[in-house]
Amino acid sequence: MDSPFPVLSIITLTPVAGALLILLLPRTAKQEARLIAAAATGFSLLLALLVYANYDVAFANSAQSVREMFQFQESTSWVAALGINYHLGVDGISAPMVLLTGLASFAGVLISWGIDDRPREFMAFFLLLVAGVYGVFVAMDLFVLFFFYELAIFPMYLLIATWGWKDLREYASMKLTLYILVGSVIALIGVLAMYFVAGDATGTYSFDMVHMLEVSAMPNSPFDMEIFGIDGLTFARAWFPFIFLGFGVLAGVFPFHNWSPDGHVAAPTAVSMIHAGVLMKLGAYSALRVGVQLLPDGARVHLPWIVFLTLINVVYGAFIAMRQRDFKYVIGFSSVSHMGLVSMGWATMNVFGMTGAGLQMFSHGAMTALFFSCVGMVYDRAHTRDIPSLGGFRKVMPWVAFAFVLGGLVSMGMPGLSGFVAEFPIFMGLWNASPTIALHIGGWSLMNYYAIIAIVGVLGIIVTAAYVLRVVQQVFFGEFDQEHYGHLSDVTVLDKAALAMLSLSLIILGVWPSVMAPMVESGVRPIAQLLLGGV
Amino acid sequence: MDFQTVDWAASLLAILPEILLTILAVVVLALDAIWPESRRRKLGVITALALFGIALIMLIFSAPPEGELADQLLLGGMIRYDILTQIFRTMVLIASALTCLISVDFARLGRRGEYYALIIIATIGASLMSASADLIMAFVALETTSISLYMLAGFLRGDERSAESGLKYFLFGAFASAIMLYGLSLLYGFTGQTNIYLLAEGLTSGRIGDLPVLVAMIMIAVGFGFKVSVVPFHFWTPDVYEGAPTPITAYISVASKAASFALLMRFFMAVFPSYDAVWVQMLAVSSALTMTLGNVLALAQKNIKRMLAYSSIAQAGYALMGVVAISAQNGAGMAAVTFYMFMYTLTNLGAFGVVVLTSRATGSEAIADMAGLSRRSPALALAMTVPLLSLGGIPPAAGFFGKFFLFNAAVDANFVWLALVGVINAIVALYYYLMVVKVMYVDRSADEEKPIAISASYRWALALSAFGILFLGVIASPVYNWALEAGRGLLF
Repeated sequence: MDSPFPVLSIITLTPVAGALLILLLPRTAKQEARLIAAAATGFSLLLALLVYANYDVAFANSAQSVREMFQFQESTSWVAALGINYHLGVDGISAPMVLLTGLASFAGVLISWGIDDRPREFMAFFLLLVAGVYGVFVAMDLFVLFFFYELAIFPMYLLIATWGWKDLREYASMKLTLYILVGSVIALIGVLAMYFVAGDATGTYSFDMVHMLEVSAMPNSPFDMEIFGIDGLTFARAWFPFIFLGFGVLAGVFPFHNWSPDGHVAAPTAVSMIHAGVLMKLGAYSALRVGVQLLPDGARVHLPWIVFLTLINVVYGAFIAMRQRDFKYVIGFSSVSHMGLVSMGWATMNVFGMTGAGLQMFSHGAMTALFFSCVGMVYDRAHTRDIPSLGGFRKVMPWVAFAFVLGGLVSMGMPGLSGFVAEFPIFMGLWNASPTIALHIGGWSLMNYYAIIAIVGVLGIIVTAAYVLRVVQQVFFGEFDQEHYGHLSDVTVLDKAALAMLSLSLIILGVWPSVMAPMVESGVRPIAQLLLGGV
Repeated sequence: MDFQTVDWAASLLAILPEILLTILAVVVLALDAIWPESRRRKLGVITALALFGIALIMLIFSAPPEGELADQLLLGGMIRYDILTQIFRTMVLIASALTCLISVDFARLGRRGEYYALIIIATIGASLMSASADLIMAFVALETTSISLYMLAGFLRGDERSAESGLKYFLFGAFASAIMLYGLSLLYGFTGQTNIYLLAEGLTSGRIGDLPVLVAMIMIAVGFGFKVSVVPFHFWTPDVYEGAPTPITAYISVASKAASFALLMRFFMAVFPSYDAVWVQMLAVSSALTMTLGNVLALAQKNIKRMLAYSSIAQAGYALMGVVAISAQNGAGMAAVTFYMFMYTLTNLGAFGVVVLTSRATGSEAIADMAGLSRRSPALALAMTVPLLSLGGIPPAAGFFGKFFLFNAAVDANFVWLALVGVINAIVALYYYLMVVKVMYVDRSADEEKPIAISASYRWALALSAFGILFLGVIASPVYNWALEAGRGLLF
């Protein structure tokens, strides 16, 4: 299904145009810069809603070919000599992500209204970051995906290093940049290898996802050929861990999660929102799109052990979050924990679990953006994030207290909110997958262990409840220090608008899951079928 | 091969840029004599416009002859006018035009006619280097460039560092040229030919043993290694780059390097095709060493010109990766090198252009003294950031495509290990490029409130470089296709 006008390009390029416009403004035009940024992200958000509303689930479910799995497609040759196409499109997994990007970026601009140090540069780089994020989600060509993936890295570095928290920003921004870059270039080498292997076998050298998917689905696919003459070692099996974990760095997969709490804490509020809310999803999304979808045989072999890493994410992240005194670190580690659930959902390799993971990406994105905006609002006024010295903030900022409690309930997986809608299918998927999955290492094999993983994983949720309630109780309830914080003002109208927007999306998804679940399901079903094919 | 009968019309058309450049040099010297000091500021702008004009004239009116190799060998086989020549000539012409633009306000040389005349002469040499198809022509062209550059590097006679730079460049350069010339004379001795395409036939006839040919090859490689500053012939680079006047540093780092790469590719493809098992491996090792050493040493630099010097060593290492990929025999390797040098030309000139302005404003070339640049002059900080991103290989700057094409070509030629070394190096390198960005945007300085004046010629030069980088970084296809055509032209 092609769209009548290149809506995905417009969504992606509007922020770029906004950024260029802002850079052409004179230095004193601070307010104009903010307005342009709000207009650009707002316009993209509206178009993202349009795409979301017009996504045809029935059509996707009846797709007869690889090409029909994606909608709103547009394609132009970019570098013809190397088979690089500017090919965009969305499926049931990426359409909600595009919407999430729109929500988080627009809310981010609203919340950053108060930045007074070079807002022109801030907004311009923020818009570039947003463009990079959109680009990855709509890319249907592996080169385009990489282009935008790398495009997002530099503005993020600069935003954190320049406008971040003084004590940590230089260290954290560099650490984050290098981590993500190392992961992505390892994946890039894997993709290049895929490109040549597929090209040598079919005679068509192309980075196009459709082409790659077709090659991958061929009988005797070149990805399933043995390499180095080692029995059982195929191209897919050799490269899958590099590609999946290379992207997984950005998704915070243990043990490559180390950059993420520091990065989140050091970043300015809006960047934390985009970063934890959307950027980490880039990693999880690309790991699925490039790793699992193109190399399903590799996924079947490797995901059964990668699931242990994700389990460590979920449980260990939650425990560390409980130990933090710094408000923002709590949220930073909670992201590590929750993103573990996404990767765990991919590892179930069935429709249930993967649908849950897709929903979790949206739910966690909106929830974390909400969390970070609350933290930012408290910190901007109280100038401390030390949990024990805060208290009773519901008195001065009732909206923030409400939003934070709501986010807390979502992260605990409370029924009626989006967290439940997302996490329940993940655990169900784990349970369902349990009898079919076995891990073989040498002569030794492990059967039926997904059920245990589900049980241990649920423990992580209990710990989550503990740390969330502790923060809620100590920061927003408890005793209010009238002497220190009595003069504090409530948040602005723009802040409230941002909080309302994010809170609302969490509630809507919670009470009305069918607004998104069937769409995500239509996107993961073909992938799950690929994975089942070889069992 | 029959190219001894000279087709004068085609031959003169093929060297039209060189003819026009020679006229330009004379005109500039004449204007210098006629004009009083106060008007001579225009010299640089006029030279730059004329250089752009010559590039345009070449692109519009003098297309390379199509057809067989023999049709492209002109002036009795002295030069080969093909697409590779055309694209590298465009590069050196742009490079010298931008160099003139960023020299205009440079104290003690911006208003001197002989300075611009020397740049033009160096450009003639570089332009002929990319066209040479004969040992004599190649050496004369190489020396025309080199001798002009020795003088330019030491142009600020009163300045000790500039004098040291010129002398050092001259001594090292003369030594390398001598070794190279010895290698070239051995080749002539073996075959009795000076044309590189006839030489190749002579070398493969079987009358000469492998060992003497390899000795000659290594001697020539040493000469090239010096010109493009490849490890272990890089020692001159940081000192010469640091001491030379900044616009000349920019020129040495791009024009002379680009032309040397053109000649290197043409020469090795034509003369030693049957020895490629040896030289490809040799260049692969040298490429890995060059980029690694360049990047590691750049990490520790405090002076921006020294940092860019080590960075340019590393960049030459990346580009060599494409020369190594020549072994895939499909033109992709050469296309990648050509594209890389094209984007590198714009990139380095942009970066050095900003250095000219900041070092004049702060009186220092230390990286730390660029602090607060984004507050002092947001445009200048941006004009520096774009080239730095390009050097680091981050989109949307052209360096991303440049590196991508190189890695792609290397993987294609089965040099996966080299591509991996390159990728790791790219990340190491990004660290020190980002540190400069950090200094400009994050660090504070006492002079933040004093804006930096940027005159029109600098504004144009920096804008051209930045837009060129972004254009190549987004719409890479036209230049890449052009480069691919050039690369395929070398295969026969």
